Amino acid sequence: MTKPNMTLVDNTKTKAHEEAAGSFQRSPRFMNGEGFNSTFKWLSICSAMFILVILGGFFVSLTMGAWPAISKFGLSFIWTSTWNPVTEQFGALPAIAGTLITSGIAIVLAVPLAFAIAIYITQLAPRWLRHPLGIAIELLAAIPSIIYGMWGLFFFAPVFAEYVQEPVINAFENVPFLSSIFAGPAIGIGMATAGIVLAIMILPFIAAVMRDVIDTVPKRLKESGYAVGATDWEVTRAIIIPHCKTAMTGAIFLGLGRALGETMAVTFIVGNANRITGAIFAPGNTIASTIANEFQEAYTEIHSSSLIALGLLLFIITFIVLAIARLMLNRISS
Amino acid sequence: MKRIFASLAVCAAITATSAFAADHITGAGATFPYPVYSKWAQSYNKETGAQLNYQAIGSGGGIKQITAKTVDFGASDKPLKASVLEEKGMMQFPTVMGGIVPIINVKGIKPGELVLDGKTIANIFLGKITKWNDAEIKALNPSVNLPDNKISVVHRADGSGTTFNFTYYLADISPEWKKDVGVDASVQWPVGTGGKGNQGVANYVSQLKNSIGYVEYAYALQNNLTYSKMKNKEGNTVSPTMETFQAAAAGADWKHAKGFYLILANQPGAKSWPMTAATFILLHKKVEDPKATKAVLKFFDWAYTNGDKAAEDLHYVPFPANVKALIHDAWAKDLKTTDGKSVYMGS
Repeated sequence: MTKPNMTLVDNTKTKAHEEAAGSFQRSPRFMNGEGFNSTFKWLSICSAMFILVILGGFFVSLTMGAWPAISKFGLSFIWTSTWNPVTEQFGALPAIAGTLITSGIAIVLAVPLAFAIAIYITQLAPRWLRHPLGIAIELLAAIPSIIYGMWGLFFFAPVFAEYVQEPVINAFENVPFLSSIFAGPAIGIGMATAGIVLAIMILPFIAAVMRDVIDTVPKRLKESGYAVGATDWEVTRAIIIPHCKTAMTGAIFLGLGRALGETMAVTFIVGNANRITGAIFAPGNTIASTIANEFQEAYTEIHSSSLIALGLLLFIITFIVLAIARLMLNRISS
Repeated sequence: MKRIFASLAVCAAITATSAFAADHITGAGATFPYPVYSKWAQSYNKETGAQLNYQAIGSGGGIKQITAKTVDFGASDKPLKASVLEEKGMMQFPTVMGGIVPIINVKGIKPGELVLDGKTIANIFLGKITKWNDAEIKALNPSVNLPDNKISVVHRADGSGTTFNFTYYLADISPEWKKDVGVDASVQWPVGTGGKGNQGVANYVSQLKNSIGYVEYAYALQNNLTYSKMKNKEGNTVSPTMETFQAAAAGADWKHAKGFYLILANQPGAKSWPMTAATFILLHKKVEDPKATKAVLKFFDWAYTNGDKAAEDLHYVPFPANVKALIHDAWAKDLKTTDGKSVYMGS
């Protein structure tokens, strides 16, 4: 925040200075001096440190808020599946599982679609269509998440229940194992619905980044591919994918990060049930939606502290996801 | 930059002037009475110019906010026990009552056609009754054509006073509910899907086929939902109406309820609606800001005198005069300034 403002102010100052002096100097003398340089350096360092302080502050305050829960339940908080405000027993497992399952479904659905969209826009679409398509994707990314939630609940869920869940549940009714994964009733809201809506939400993000990434593939590489008679698919597979692997992984993890923390849309459609059933159509819960639902009404200390502990876990999970992303990026680029 | 500062300054100026205007009351808490409080606030503002800013953040939030003294009054559907009040140095008093009704979405069943009782509802919400044509439901409804479909249970996802009163009623009827689930603003539901707020439950029930949920009466009416009748304590079948809510309230013994701790679930009386609930206001007994507390009391005093009709229009049940007198007595007795003077001097 500090940095852009500084430049802004200095720019205006510079202009006024130039006009007053009637000279065409690029910047006033004091900005060239050694003194300004060190001020500039220190400002940058402080701004960068500020980020670390904020990050550390978050971690410390979350841990402090979660302390009563941590000291009462210990690590077992992570794998306990009870969430009972009456007996004041809390465990995070259903929320963790719900978060990972819904985000997992979202990524599995969104990544291939986003990739196909990016390839179409950059490689296959007629030139006049590329720009409007790109804008459409950006607009999709700008829709507030609550709109997705409302759309998911009022439009998508009933349609999904009738045309997908019912036939699927009936089809697998007598198949062992699959019958429990696709167990009924077909109510439309649940983990699968949340995963699909999340997929639609993160799709534009991943697609937009992938498009930008694919645009960076040098033209001569692609053209030499086509020159030796490669098809669109062969160019995509042999030239574009290897060239963009690193940055594309980044795009995927960007989407995953958004899916993990998404709150409002998921709260609308995930079903808000603190249970693990193993059925993907069944209602479940995510960390973010549990916090959103219960925080205001949690009046015992251990309840609100357990919710903060959930927040801490989400923080850590997101952190781990980003660390894995970094690790993968490093391995790919080396 | 300059423009930002200028607009900030304007904002600050506006806030500053409004703070010095007539009485400005802040309150926070239960969503259940929010419609009637805002209606009262509107009329009160017209008459006196005083402003009430009520944040419907939920009963738990209301208790938290008043404990932290960030608001002038807290509001909760879940009354605090006398011992808790003592510990927190607070007093509470009820404002209005309302009814909680079971709502269903079963094809072919019209509002008021189905009859349920507490035991059946407890068993449905425990997951023991899973189909609409279960023998237990059939026994209560011999003439209704019940489908062979699974029941989708809808409950509140957020903590709520409505849930507190609903689970209190179920625990009162069913020992199993009491043992396995218990009573609280949010509980560990054995089955079902959670909707956020009364409106969330209403949305889910109107959308999910073969579902059952529970909401405050006004939400069932606004959303044109199919409610069921109930069998009450005396074994009579009653419909949710003002009359049956009032009947439940009439039998309640407020006089001997310490600190107004009284839950109106499963009240005796031939016509009583079994799931009736009162909603409460919380104040600190030791008044640090007499001006603010006086403004709160003035508002509720006005509401008890002039607000009954507005409450009834919104399907809340106002209190009879004798209970209101008890509340006024409690104000005079319990609320003291730091030097021990009564804050409330009568209207």
